[in-house]
Amino acid sequence: MTDAVLGDTLPHDVTTFDKGYLGDGHTLRSWLFTTDHKRIAILYAVTITIFFFIGGIAIALVRIELVTPAQDFVTADEYNRLFTLHGIVMVWFFLVPSIPTTFGNFLLPMMIGARDLAFPKLNLFSWYLTIIGGALTIYMLLAGGVDTGWTFYTPYSSIYSNSHVIAAAMAVFVAGFGTIATGVNFITTIHTMRAPGMTWFRLPLFVWAMYTVSVVIVLATPVLAMTLLLMTLERFFGVPIFNPNEGGDPLLFQHLFWFYSHPAVYIMILPAMGVVSEVIPCFARRRLFGYDFMVYALIAISVIGFFVWGHHMFVSGQSAYANLVFSFLSFIVAVPSAIKVFNWTATLYRGQITYESPMLYSFGFVGLFTIGGLTGLFLASIPIDIHATDTYFVIAHFHYVMVGGTVSAFFAALHFWWPKITGRMYPEAWARFAAILMFFGFNFTFFPQFIMGWAGMPRRYGSYPPEFQIYHVLSSAGAAVLAIAYLMPLAYLTWSLRWGRRAPDNPWRATGLEWQTSSPPPTHNFEKLPIVENEPYDYHPRGYVDQEHEAAGTAESPQKGGEQR
Amino acid sequence: MRHFIFFPPEASEYARHIDWIYFGLIGISVIIVGLVVVLMVSFGIRYRRGSPAVRGRLPEWVSRDVEIGWTVGTLFAFVFIFWFAAATFITTIGATPNALEIHVVGKQWMWKIEHPNGVREINELHVPVNVPVRLVMISQDVIHSFFLPALRIKQDVLPGRYTSESFTADKTGIYNLFCAEYCGTDHARMGGRIDIMTKPDYQKWLDAQPGAHNLAEKGRQLFVRLGCAGCHFEKGHTRAPDLAGVYGSYVRLANGRTVRADEAYLRDSILQPARDIVAGYQPIMPSFKGTVSEDQIFDLVAFIKSYSGSGEAIK
Amino acid sequence: MSRATTYSAEEAALREPWEDIARQRQAVEMGMWAFLASEILFFTGIFAGYTIYRSTYPEAFWVAGGHTSLFYGGTNTAILLVSSAAMGIVPSAARWPSLGSFARTMLWVAALLGIAFLVLKGFEYAEDFDEHLFPGPDFEIHERGAQLFFAFYWCVTAIHAIHLIIGIGLVARLAIAGTRDPRWFSQTPAVQATALYWGLVDVIWTIVFVILYLPGRGS
Repeated sequence: MTDAVLGDTLPHDVTTFDKGYLGDGHTLRSWLFTTDHKRIAILYAVTITIFFFIGGIAIALVRIELVTPAQDFVTADEYNRLFTLHGIVMVWFFLVPSIPTTFGNFLLPMMIGARDLAFPKLNLFSWYLTIIGGALTIYMLLAGGVDTGWTFYTPYSSIYSNSHVIAAAMAVFVAGFGTIATGVNFITTIHTMRAPGMTWFRLPLFVWAMYTVSVVIVLATPVLAMTLLLMTLERFFGVPIFNPNEGGDPLLFQHLFWFYSHPAVYIMILPAMGVVSEVIPCFARRRLFGYDFMVYALIAISVIGFFVWGHHMFVSGQSAYANLVFSFLSFIVAVPSAIKVFNWTATLYRGQITYESPMLYSFGFVGLFTIGGLTGLFLASIPIDIHATDTYFVIAHFHYVMVGGTVSAFFAALHFWWPKITGRMYPEAWARFAAILMFFGFNFTFFPQFIMGWAGMPRRYGSYPPEFQIYHVLSSAGAAVLAIAYLMPLAYLTWSLRWGRRAPDNPWRATGLEWQTSSPPPTHNFEKLPIVENEPYDYHPRGYVDQEHEAAGTAESPQKGGEQR
Repeated sequence: MRHFIFFPPEASEYARHIDWIYFGLIGISVIIVGLVVVLMVSFGIRYRRGSPAVRGRLPEWVSRDVEIGWTVGTLFAFVFIFWFAAATFITTIGATPNALEIHVVGKQWMWKIEHPNGVREINELHVPVNVPVRLVMISQDVIHSFFLPALRIKQDVLPGRYTSESFTADKTGIYNLFCAEYCGTDHARMGGRIDIMTKPDYQKWLDAQPGAHNLAEKGRQLFVRLGCAGCHFEKGHTRAPDLAGVYGSYVRLANGRTVRADEAYLRDSILQPARDIVAGYQPIMPSFKGTVSEDQIFDLVAFIKSYSGSGEAIK
Repeated sequence: MSRATTYSAEEAALREPWEDIARQRQAVEMGMWAFLASEILFFTGIFAGYTIYRSTYPEAFWVAGGHTSLFYGGTNTAILLVSSAAMGIVPSAARWPSLGSFARTMLWVAALLGIAFLVLKGFEYAEDFDEHLFPGPDFEIHERGAQLFFAFYWCVTAIHAIHLIIGIGLVARLAIAGTRDPRWFSQTPAVQATALYWGLVDVIWTIVFVILYLPGRGS
């Protein structure tokens, strides 16, 4: 493994460095009224970065409170508002939009060989919806916060809570329509704008992930929107929809909520799977193992994912027979996820692996996602779930999937496509260090939570019995490490914007169409629209063979025509 | 209590059984994670760039067969785990005969508990060891959840609907009781302890408590005070149905349906009398919604359950 | 978008990033269908709640359904169906330059019928208020569950009305812009998209009519 960035060997003329789409204007106006999908992606990236740190600060305060068993750092009400803020912001203003609205927006048209998304103005409009939702969230925060938990369970949210529930629900409602607009845009783009030769089974898996996730967004988000709207109407006008005193069903809200919020888990993880499916073949220099099966797995996850919501409600009082059905389907939905993990692993087989930071993040993703997925099987088992639900076991489980999975993949994507997006290389050594620190910091934070969860520590507790303190201290210490690991990329990536080395067009010598244009790409992406003649991930043996390795002649030559497909 | 726990205490046969499943799942998970990690690390080292490993081609069929193989393998493994866990769950469905029935009312932010003989306690649950216990629970406001980690059971407590959970503890001791469903400001303090005692100790404890009335007796007094007796104990039962032995029986309704008169039905009939009219009667009973609390409904139901209609003592 | 002096109708309707109006039309239609799928799931949320409560409180829903105004509900259904018929002609008519002004007239007919619907709805709401049919302490019907029915009544009809107002806005915008630039109007995919949206609003209303106005009628 050599430390040199592969791009060094490629020719690029620094003096004629073209700023591409970044040179289209420097005024605020040129950004706020742009319809260029790449610039909108940047707008989104800035937005979700801000929200990531708002949510991060909230949870930092929570972790400080939890160092001691007593409620001593913040009051109980403040504690409840902090974890609610963390949940709402991280779910709807970071995780759900994270990969689709930034990398999806930026890369999707380029990956299929198009000049823009199908509806550029709608794309900008959806960013404004996100911003309005975000502004409502900030208003809610400044007005005093909301204390319902991100799940907004009735009747607490609709009748009992004395906090700014309506502002929070409307924030999510508006931002939800922003994501629906993005989803509609992506579906249409993928259907109608693929370059000649870009057949469905030549699409990069990232595009497939964007497609499946868009379908899930378009079909699941409106149900959440209606649910929150009804809850808001009940709270504001007093019309009984969920109110048990007027005969309302106390579980109706939960069914409607989880009908969205379980698919929402897949909204968060499918794009991450797409990213990793791009990164691993690139750094393994190997065609993705089982491409077709990876596509079918994505489709299977997104379809079955709609029918498993009841596994959040095993102890809610729903019928025991419903529990059995939901439990069974939850095991079934885990199968395609397992297939994906095996395929990523098998892609490494007979590769030419190098370990740049995107690859390190992706390795982290596979490991942490595997643990997150397997603990999902624990929770799909009804008797285990009865004990573990609403404890830190669940917290640990979904953070392994959402943070260990999605956020790792987000950083993998950020480093992988950073040269393409900004035209600059980031400092590789720092990035590798941050990736490793993030992996250990993450495990340090969340692994103790599995143990204390099974030991009986309930979630959403600002004070707790002293026997759990050791785990909370470990977890808070880990969170500090994790915080540093998250701040590092902010620092060195910002640094690279100004001082980073100019990036060549294809620093990783990757195959996707996005690498065939300049870095940063021109306003309309391609000088001449590409025509696709190759299968995806055509790493081995045609075209992208590692030259140094060939010259060294250390292995059986992989280049003797047509060996690998 | 110890200041460090690695593993929650097991206070019932069921808890030990759940832990057994848990360890089984951990075993399977360790094998799978181990497999993935070993493969990734060994491939990662063996096929690092520039290594001398052989990188021949893979025939097309390998990929397909391997895919089908591990898809089917995973499917079988997962369906097995489902069966393994669900089989245990199925045994817990259904009523426990002869269980000691304890009533639990959740409210922001306390647990009110009432024993069959009328003894009440707050945030503490005393139960005898080796006796099947059934908790019948309801909430007065928002959703709570009655969580007993040492027994590995948890059940949400809903407003407007009874839920229940059953257990048979087999180890004495004091264990945690938590509210596990977020319910507002003092959610974290809405807990206490469960004290599992030997049968003689439990009896001694019961006798020492003040206010030990028979629950049914309290219900009877309330029944009279609220004026229920005027119609329900009228001779001939023209205005209201006879309540003797009604609990557990099947009742024909005016709309032709037949329902079993369980706790939920009796509760609904007190709060929403117009909803399920017994065949042959007019909907003249007023609703007692807002008049009686959830605790009082428990008393009334206890009385109706015990009432056999021998006409005794209602005067 | 080309701003040359001699530009064709296709160019007038063509938008970034498209190079071919047929493709653009296909995309807009596809996008609209995806959005309509989303809208249908949006309403499915509230209809699911209605269905569950109706099976829990069949009698109360029957009684409460009898308190809605069949006159207003029926008239409004007829109005929307006629407006749909008017709107149904528009996409085909708009493509013929000679029928362009006819298509725009039909747009205005649909928009005015939409407004008539809202006016009648307003009268109906006023009447409902007078009859104490808004859930609350002095609610007219005492049957348990009847308040739930009327909670759905107010929420569904209000949400539908908002959709209709958006629809009227879109239709009016199309008619005005079409009068200004008839060539654009003859080619723009916005016509088909607006008609699709209008159709959805009407279809939703027919479901609303069936579930809110018909229970409790007849034997």
